Amino acid sequence: MDPNVRRQILLDHYQNPSHHGLTEDPEYIKINTNNESCIDNLDILYKIKDGVIEDICFDGEACAISTSATSIMIEKLIGKTVEEAKELLKNYEAMINEESYDSEILGELNAYDEIYRQPNRKKCALLPFESLKKVLNQIEK
Amino acid sequence: MNREDFTILQQDPNLIYFDNSATTLKPKKVLEKITEYYNQYTANAHRGDYDNSLRVDEEYEKVREKVQKLIHNPSTKEIVFTSGATDSLNMVVFGFMRYHLCPGEEVLITKAEHASNVLPWMRLKEETQIEVNYIPLENHQVTIENVKKSITPQTRVISLAHVTNVLGDERPIQEIGKLCKERGIYLVVDGSQSVPHLPIDVQKLGIDFLAFSGHKMLGPTGVGVLYGREDLLEQLVPTRLGGGMNASFDSEGTVDYKSLPSRLEAGTPNIEGVLGMGAAIDYLLDVGLETIHQHEIELKKYAVERLSQIPNLELYNKDIENGMIAFNIQGVFSQDTAVYLNHYHICVRAGNHCAKILKEDLNIKNTCRISFYLYNTKEEIDELVRVLEKSEDIFKVVL
Repeated sequence: MDPNVRRQILLDHYQNPSHHGLTEDPEYIKINTNNESCIDNLDILYKIKDGVIEDICFDGEACAISTSATSIMIEKLIGKTVEEAKELLKNYEAMINEESYDSEILGELNAYDEIYRQPNRKKCALLPFESLKKVLNQIEK
Repeated sequence: MNREDFTILQQDPNLIYFDNSATTLKPKKVLEKITEYYNQYTANAHRGDYDNSLRVDEEYEKVREKVQKLIHNPSTKEIVFTSGATDSLNMVVFGFMRYHLCPGEEVLITKAEHASNVLPWMRLKEETQIEVNYIPLENHQVTIENVKKSITPQTRVISLAHVTNVLGDERPIQEIGKLCKERGIYLVVDGSQSVPHLPIDVQKLGIDFLAFSGHKMLGPTGVGVLYGREDLLEQLVPTRLGGGMNASFDSEGTVDYKSLPSRLEAGTPNIEGVLGMGAAIDYLLDVGLETIHQHEIELKKYAVERLSQIPNLELYNKDIENGMIAFNIQGVFSQDTAVYLNHYHICVRAGNHCAKILKEDLNIKNTCRISFYLYNTKEEIDELVRVLEKSEDIFKVVL
């Protein structure tokens, strides 16, 4: 990906994140990211019904990489089945960890395909997906 | 000053190290002392009858005298070597306070304390139903008036950082010490951010327990000090048991502990750490803590003057006289700023600096923190200013 295009995608999602703002609706499951990082503190709320992710929203304070990755992840996940979400998660993690992955299903998330060059930022890029993992574990219990 | 004594600064002339509240660089003398121990007289302490072992004992015990010179306490029996300030504070809480506080009695701390001076108290509260309450902060700082107002008949302990690690404000410990003495309150002080930067006299300040770490004062990691008034340390129940701390024991369970301070140092001590810390103390006393303190104040004055002229920069502790600056670039998350500065080899810390409940008071969750030490220079500040002045391209750098 052209570095300027990459930067523009990240910056757009950082400065104008999608689905930003929380809801009081009790049907949402809230996952806080603070456990994974001392500094990035995002609440991500998931509404999952009959195996389908109906809605996600988020709020909080985090760096440009975590915030933009959260915004893009949410856009990719809404309307997807739990199985599709797992597939997305698997491929995204593989990309971040420099393993083989299917770039087609990642869409704008391909903007993080060179994060491995900055090992200290890998955690930031993975942050929203850690919350996804947690919520998927929770609904399977 | 003294930059030539630090190998890392010689090897990497571009490095600008502004994270001294987290840990400091190490001068050659500290590393030489550590390798001297391993190359010339490796042996365990307090054990053998051969020359090298005796040499270790001598060198190890000499460090207590150095600490004594540093904090001006009356006896070397009062100096216990620990793994660091966290370990020291945990020993005070679980070895002493656990046996001296009754349910309903109160410990006063503040919301600006480091985790190591909050979490042990919270655990003790859970275990023994003591109360943990907060002295209100005035403009983020502790005032003697608020301390007076917070004290109740139940107050048994006041436990505070001497200098905080977020804003660097110095607490009026001497006045608090006087109050504590009048009312029979124990005064516990976390000296992690003060002992490396200021002259300290525990007797003058009226401190009952003082905790600090070696690595924040030019020494190695994994070593620190617990100072306690002798009559109090005598009552501190060892939280770790094992070799080196017992005089005798039998199969019936009769145990006789050694006298202070060995009783509180179970197991083979961190000998290289203690000796390295000793060399660090010699170094600091040679340069002079007052000289270091004045140097840091001067650097901060210069930095604040220059940084104040950058329009999109918010400084949170301009008026506090010390060597620490907390700031943010407007609209930029502190971690992104730290990553940006790292691109120019400038090391600063972003975050809440382990004072997670301060945000309830400060209204800013995260900051970038610059903390100076003796080897920092005005030229380094000039480079910081140059980089921050062109921070409009920050996302070109960090994304």
